[in-house]
Amino acid sequence: MIGRTHSVSLLGMHGAVVEIEADISAQLPGFVLIGLPDAALGEAKDRVRAAIANAGFDLPHHKVTINLSPAALPKHGSGFDLGIAVAVLAASGEVSAESIDRVLHLGELGLDGRLRPITGVLPAVLAAHRAGFETVMVPTGNSDEAALVPGVRVVGVASLRDAAIWHGSEADPEPVEPILRAAVSTSDDDGLDLADVIGNEDAIEAMLVAAAGGHHVFLLGPPGAGKTMLAARLPGLLPELSPEHALEVSSVRSLSGLPVGATLSTRPPFEAPHHNSSSAALVGGGSGLIRPGAAARAAHGVLFLDEAPEFPSAVLDALRQPLESGVISIHRANAVAHFPGSFQLVMAANPCPCGQSGARDSECTCTPFNRRRYLARISGPLLDRIDIQLRV
Amino acid sequence: MAAKDTLGRRGEDLAADYLSGLGLEIVERNWRCSLGEIDIVAREGGETVFVEVKTRAGLGYGHPLESITVAKLARLRRLAGAWCEAHPGGFGGIRIDAVAVIAPRGSGVTIEHLRRVF
Repeated sequence: MIGRTHSVSLLGMHGAVVEIEADISAQLPGFVLIGLPDAALGEAKDRVRAAIANAGFDLPHHKVTINLSPAALPKHGSGFDLGIAVAVLAASGEVSAESIDRVLHLGELGLDGRLRPITGVLPAVLAAHRAGFETVMVPTGNSDEAALVPGVRVVGVASLRDAAIWHGSEADPEPVEPILRAAVSTSDDDGLDLADVIGNEDAIEAMLVAAAGGHHVFLLGPPGAGKTMLAARLPGLLPELSPEHALEVSSVRSLSGLPVGATLSTRPPFEAPHHNSSSAALVGGGSGLIRPGAAARAAHGVLFLDEAPEFPSAVLDALRQPLESGVISIHRANAVAHFPGSFQLVMAANPCPCGQSGARDSECTCTPFNRRRYLARISGPLLDRIDIQLRV
Repeated sequence: MAAKDTLGRRGEDLAADYLSGLGLEIVERNWRCSLGEIDIVAREGGETVFVEVKTRAGLGYGHPLESITVAKLARLRRLAGAWCEAHPGGFGGIRIDAVAVIAPRGSGVTIEHLRRVF
């Protein structure tokens, strides 16, 4: 007998529906997982075995073969555990095979049979919805996030036992403490208002023009001139995100493992990576699983690079392509991942290493050569794409 | 005789009866050579069947079939070859079967038979 259900494999923002088949054959006991799993997914067989036993079901005493198809698509992570477990239970006749075939399953199993929340639920449920699934089963800790996708029925379950009962198992319910994610902390940037800035009329006008026209901004000035204060207030001027953009912003957060609230956040994001960031941290990367970087998290919002000349120039130049196209593409030998990259860039810099060049109240101690070399770290092609350049 | 050996012996008797009931002709039991022991050698439909019997009193330490590992199967295959060498001629094809006997104290016995496990 074969149990068949579905899950989602994510590549960047895009999810592909994966079919999970479980077959039990009359051979010596064993558990085989095929279909290009990575290390975390390969370990699923041990988690699933323990979870099935501890959820109170009998693991079949024969050979269990799990196939993840399409077989050529590389699959990552632990989100397939729930799908694999219910497919095995269906193959052994414990739950209804028809019921699990209609539902898409996401979730990682603990050895005790409880379900743990996973990252990337929002883009995965979006992909399921696009593929025509009406019902998605997720861990209780992810159900708020999954419910952000309109038009999908979300079933949140706390344990494998609850999932099996939903699919028609005759086991008795056994309430367990669901595993939840850390609560969402409200962002510190909320409620920052440009009215806090006193004086500095030119800079305020520049920020207003940047917000209205979606222009990139370069702020040059000595330490304490208010560059960071101005930049942090730009998202407050921007309009609310459209529902599509809000979904995209929350999807990237979900992929980065950051908490996503129970309601879709419609405020534009603000990201301020430190200047020791690598280019993978800024635009995204990774060898197996391709993760989004700070620039993707800032999509439809503001990416603020304080002390811009202190960033390695190769890292800054990695931003040229997203600034041009609005899309971040990360190419690897086996795949290309795309992330949204239409952020508004705000760069701030001191005019020289000592920071005092051009200031009225103190002397610059840098040599002309050092001054010139400092700002030359920001390449010409990058500065060309920045419409508003301002001394504060 | 230790309790586990008594249980094993009883399991092999039960398995032999079960296989005879299925129509297999038991040729030899507990055949030994330097490589080890074959629990049961039987014949069915022109094939020589080598049977490994595993007996357990309960499932507390897993199903009996789970203890038949790849290494054990490989040894059975070598033993099958040794048996054929020692009994020249007329053994037809060969196959290896596994029989699990679960014999809890004081209740019914369960027997499971897997054909052609190797």
